[in-house]
Amino acid sequence: MTITRENILHIAKLAHVGVDESEIEKLREKLSTVLAYVGKLSELDLSKVEPTAHVNGISNTMREDEVKACDKTVRDALLTAAPAREGDYVKVKAVFS
Amino acid sequence: MTPLHQLTIEEALARLKAHTFSAVDLAKACLERIKAVNPGINAVVEVDEAGALAQAEAADARIAKGTMGALEGIPCLIKDNIQAVGTKTTAASKMLAGYESTFDATVIAKLRAAGAVILGKTNMDEFAMGSSTETSAHGATHNPWDLTKIPGGTSGGSAAAMAASMALFTIGSDTGGSIRQPAAMCGTTGFKPTYGRVSRYGLLAMTSSFDQIGPFARTVGDAKRVLDVIQGQDSFDSTSVSENLYVKGAPASLKGLKIGIPKEYFTPGMDADVEKTVRTAIAKLEELGATTVEVSLPSTDYALAVYYVLMPCEVSANLARYDGQRFGYSAPAATLKESYLKTRAEGFGPEVRRRIILGTYALSSGYYDAYYLQAQKARTVMKQEFEAALSGVDCLLSPTSPTVAWNLGEKFDDPIAMYMADIYTVSANVVGVPAVSVPCGFVRGLPVGLQLIGRAFEDERVLTIAAGYQAATDWHLKSPAP
Repeated sequence: MTITRENILHIAKLAHVGVDESEIEKLREKLSTVLAYVGKLSELDLSKVEPTAHVNGISNTMREDEVKACDKTVRDALLTAAPAREGDYVKVKAVFS
Repeated sequence: MTPLHQLTIEEALARLKAHTFSAVDLAKACLERIKAVNPGINAVVEVDEAGALAQAEAADARIAKGTMGALEGIPCLIKDNIQAVGTKTTAASKMLAGYESTFDATVIAKLRAAGAVILGKTNMDEFAMGSSTETSAHGATHNPWDLTKIPGGTSGGSAAAMAASMALFTIGSDTGGSIRQPAAMCGTTGFKPTYGRVSRYGLLAMTSSFDQIGPFARTVGDAKRVLDVIQGQDSFDSTSVSENLYVKGAPASLKGLKIGIPKEYFTPGMDADVEKTVRTAIAKLEELGATTVEVSLPSTDYALAVYYVLMPCEVSANLARYDGQRFGYSAPAATLKESYLKTRAEGFGPEVRRRIILGTYALSSGYYDAYYLQAQKARTVMKQEFEAALSGVDCLLSPTSPTVAWNLGEKFDDPIAMYMADIYTVSANVVGVPAVSVPCGFVRGLPVGLQLIGRAFEDERVLTIAAGYQAATDWHLKSPAP
């Protein structure tokens, strides 16, 4: 299965990864090679097999929905790590313009 | 006397207890060693000298009081995708350049509680994607046995640092072989625990259903000592399992053990000398009383494909958080959308972007069934095959890698050639079983690794078998010059 230029542009948009015009062809080539390689999985008849999402069979590990306070040092470090900050808020650009 | 930085953990603990030297002496010896040899190797990307000496002093106080933890005063280095307060955590990416760790990973908290001294962070492939530690934003790491060669990856820094005796143990992470393959390339012992045995909290997530943290050490005994400290169920990692699932008990000796050799693992593409070296190791195990039996893993041909579908899919989800808003690199932009696009175009290297796009594609509507779902079903088949193959034997054996270390730059442009390096290691991650690589010889002066794979939660068993091999050989004690 070959991946087209349009596929790359569409997927890159979905993944929010900017791609430069100069790299699209090389990306397309390399991804086509990999997809051809992994595509051989379609040779297998797995119609009667259940998929495995978790290898040790654990599911739905739950806990009580209770708020646990964050350590102040960690909280300060997290806020300091934000690229833009206003007081105790992480500052971002508007989602809707 | 053996230089301090070349001691095993066992030896160092005994001598610390006997006050032959102090934890500060030991830390200083490793710090000096790093200064002396790291410039040519580039295994270590950050040293926290002040922090390490303070930790060592605290260890000395506990040693004086007679309250020694399991790793009291033992210096170690940590792969740079694990959060450790006092160090940066960069995942060897421009995306996290300069990012100060905000909390201790559970593994780090456990190591500190056991008295270990954290010296700093080691190099890796960017966001743990690669097999050679060449995609790092900090530059490539060089194999200490031959500086023109790769050290393996993605824990190449931890492997090279261990091989060059920069610490008494190092910590890596293994998603498709990223502890075991560099361990083989660098002639050191490296172990990937059963999935769920070691908490992933604080490990920058790459492929959540495969990732495990594990040790590099000079001996299997040392690796086991580190495992005992870092393992355990963690409320912060819902995929970590209860200790009740661990299978206790290990064989007293190699006599009478049955070792399965998957026939599909000795493939035409492998280096003939590597095959010869591994077969010599098999003969050694037989000499020690084990019997080998051929087993079959029919899906071996598809294992790499399963891995290279499931892994990029999970990567595309896990790396969505790096968007320039809450932490890390943030490209100047006029709008939020542009901020995302530019940040992720500029902050991530080409291999990372390639895998995100591949994963997004394989998960997207119209392709999900053909790729992701199909791979998850193949994963079930692989798990069943491993259980069947392991049911009649004590463990499986294989070469860790089809080749020895290759030249820096040689495979960089050929993704499939690079991916083939993981052919013997990926399956253990896909099916979640424990696997160890131990040194078993040299080919053209470069180390060869032997891999032993156990049943899920039989980590002690597989490590004990590996220790039996090390008790009768000395490959693991060899070190590169100087």
